[in-house]
Amino acid sequence: MTSGRLRARLIPYLTILPGGLWLVVFFVVPMVFMVSLSLQQGDIVHGFQQTWHWQTYTTSISAYKDQLLRSFKYGLISTLLQIVIAYPIAYWIAFRAGARKSFYLFLLLVPFFVSFVLRTISWNFILADNGIVLGTLKDWHLLPQSFHILATGTAVVGGLTYNYLPFMILPIYVALERVDPRLIEAAYDLYATKVRAFRKVILPLSIPGIFAGVVITFVPVSSDYVNAHILGGPTSTMIGNVIQNSYLGTQDYPTASALSFVLMAILLIGIFAYARALGTEEALEVAAR
Amino acid sequence: MSEHNVDPSFLRGLTSRRLGRRDVVKLAGLGVAGAAVAACGVKGKATGSATQAPDQVAKFWAGKTAGTHIDFANWPLYMDPEHPELKKFSAQTGISVTYKEVINDDPTWFAKIQPLLSAHQPIGYDLMVMTNGVEFQECVELGYYAPLDHSKMPNFTANAEDKYKNEAFDKNNVYSVPWASGITGIGWNPKYIKTPPTGMNDLLNLAYRGKVGMMSDTQEIGNFGMMALGIAPESSTPADWQKAADWLTKQRNSGVVRKYYDQDYISSLTNGDIWITMAWSGDIFQQNASAGTNLQFLIPSEGGSLWTDNMTIPITAANPVGAMQLINFFYDPAIAASLAEYINYITPVPAAQPIIASDAAAASGDDKAALEQVAKSPLVFPSQSDYAKLHYYRDFKTPAEHTQYQSIFNPIVTS
Repeated sequence: MTSGRLRARLIPYLTILPGGLWLVVFFVVPMVFMVSLSLQQGDIVHGFQQTWHWQTYTTSISAYKDQLLRSFKYGLISTLLQIVIAYPIAYWIAFRAGARKSFYLFLLLVPFFVSFVLRTISWNFILADNGIVLGTLKDWHLLPQSFHILATGTAVVGGLTYNYLPFMILPIYVALERVDPRLIEAAYDLYATKVRAFRKVILPLSIPGIFAGVVITFVPVSSDYVNAHILGGPTSTMIGNVIQNSYLGTQDYPTASALSFVLMAILLIGIFAYARALGTEEALEVAAR
Repeated sequence: MSEHNVDPSFLRGLTSRRLGRRDVVKLAGLGVAGAAVAACGVKGKATGSATQAPDQVAKFWAGKTAGTHIDFANWPLYMDPEHPELKKFSAQTGISVTYKEVINDDPTWFAKIQPLLSAHQPIGYDLMVMTNGVEFQECVELGYYAPLDHSKMPNFTANAEDKYKNEAFDKNNVYSVPWASGITGIGWNPKYIKTPPTGMNDLLNLAYRGKVGMMSDTQEIGNFGMMALGIAPESSTPADWQKAADWLTKQRNSGVVRKYYDQDYISSLTNGDIWITMAWSGDIFQQNASAGTNLQFLIPSEGGSLWTDNMTIPITAANPVGAMQLINFFYDPAIAASLAEYINYITPVPAAQPIIASDAAAASGDDKAALEQVAKSPLVFPSQSDYAKLHYYRDFKTPAEHTQYQSIFNPIVTS
C-alpha cells in the first residue's frame, strides 16, 4: 500500500528526470562554473583564484556600457526590420503560394547549407567600396566616391537582419498557416474590407508567430559577434565581440564571464517583460490550437 | 548562433583544466552547486624559469623516435602554396607533412591550444610558428614548449645568423628557432594615393577618411602609437602607453580608421576598401606576386616594428623528432633561399643571399628582376642601419604589467 503510494508520488519526478538531468549537466553546471569564474581574480600564467571579487561586474559594465547599449540597439532595429520584411514573405507563402508552398519553404532553408560565416563574408565582396554594387553606382556618379557601407553600423545591422531573417519568417508562417480560412470568409461576409479583415482577424491571429519570431531572433542577434567582426568598423563593436575578445584575445576570463552574465540577465528580464506585455498565455493558447 | 563559432575543444579544455574531467562528472552527478563553487580556483603552472636544464632536454627526448608524419601549423602567406620545400623534405626523408595555415593571430591561437596543453593533451600539431610576444612568453612559463635538442639541428648551428641565436625572448634558442622575421610598417595602394606616404602622419591624414587600416593586435598598435610619438617601445613606461593610446584614440575618433584588422587587411587593401594600412613586409610582396597588384610598403620615418616568428614544438607533439628534422631542413641554405624568394621576409640564414643572387643570374625576364630585387631587398636582408630603425615589442616583466598594457590599448580596438 505505502510503497504503491510512494511510487505514485515519485512518478512525476521520475518523468522529469531525463530532462532535469539534461538541464543540470548542460545548463546548471556550466552556469555555476561561469558564476564562479566571474568572481575569480588572477591571470593565465599564475592561475585564477576564487576571491568573490564582485567589482569585476561594476568595472566591466562601466567599461563596456556603450557596447552593451549598442548591442540592444542593433538587436532592436534588426528585429523590427525582420518583422517588416518577414511578414509579407510569410503571408505570401501562407496564402498565395498555393501548391508550391513547400518549395518556397525549402528555398528559405537553402542558405543554411552554406556556413553563415561564409555567407557573411560574401557580403564583404558584394558591398566592397569599389565592388559590383557600390562601384557601379559610383561610376554612374550616383554616390560620392568616399561613400561606404562596410565597416559601419548599418552594415552590421544589415548582416544581422539578413542572417536571422528565416528565423522570423518561419514562426510567422506557421501562425498564418493555422488561421482558419472560414474566419476570413466570415469577415468578408460581414462586409469587412480587405484591410479591415487583415487588421481584425489575420494580424491578431498571427501575433503568436511574431512573438515567437522575436524571442528566437532578438536574443541571438543582440549577442552576435560574427557580423560586427566581419562587417563592422571601429565604432560598431557589439558586446559579443568584447566577450569573445576577453576570452580569446586577452584571456581575461573573469571579465568575459561577468559580461556574459550581465548580457544574459538583461536579455532574460527583457524577454519576460516582453512576454508579460504581450500576454503570452493567450498567445500560446492561440498558437496551440 | 554565435555559439557555433566557439571551438568545442576550447570549451572542453576550459572545464578539464579547471577541475579535471572526472571531477566535473562527479559534480554533475551530485548537482551540488555549492561544492562546485568551493572547488573552483585555477591553479597556475608557472615554472618560473625560462631556461631548461640540459637533463630536461635529455629527459624529453629520451626514447623518442621519428614518426612518418608531421602536422605543421603556420600563418597564411608564409609559404609558396605549392609547398615545394615540404615536397622536397618528404622525398628526402619519407615523412609526409600536412601544412595548415591555421594561425591568424597569436592571442586566438594561444587561447585555442592553452586548454589542451594545460591538460597535457595533443593539439594535433607537431610544429607551430608563434611570434615573439606575450603569448610566446606565456607558453614558455607554462611549460608548453618542448626543449629543442640542438644535436638534432646541425644546420641551425652552422647557418643561422648570430643575431638569431641569442634573441632576448629565448636566449640560446632553448625552445625556438626563427621561421622568419618581419617588419610591421605601412602598406599603401598607389592606385588611390598619389603622394607617397612617409610616416605615421599619413595614418592621420583626413583625406584618407575611412580608408586607413590599423591592426587589432594591441602589441602592434601600441608600438605604432609609441613610435609616432618618438617613444622607444622597448623601454616604455605605463605613462608612455597612455600617451600612445591617446594618439590612437584621437586617430580613431577623427574617423580615418576604417577598421582594426588581423590578417584580412591584405584583401581590403587589394580591393580598395582601404588605401593605406599597417602591414607586414612580406605580405605586400607576396600579394603583388600572386594577385598582380602594385602595392607598396615602407618603413615609417619614425621606425617600424621588428618581430620574429618562431618554430616551436608543443610539449605534447606526436612526432617531435620529425619536427626537429623539419626545423633542421629549413636551415639548409638552399631551402632557406627558396623560402625567402617566395615569402620575402627576413631569413635567419645569411648564406641564402648568394644562392638567391645566383638563382637570379640563372633566371630570365620578370623572374630575374624579381629575384634580383629579393637578393638586394632590405626587407629580406636588412643591413645594420636598417635594423637600427626598427623596434621590438615591449617585453612584459610581470603579468600585472601585461594586464595594465592590455587595459590601456584594448579599449581602442573594441570600441
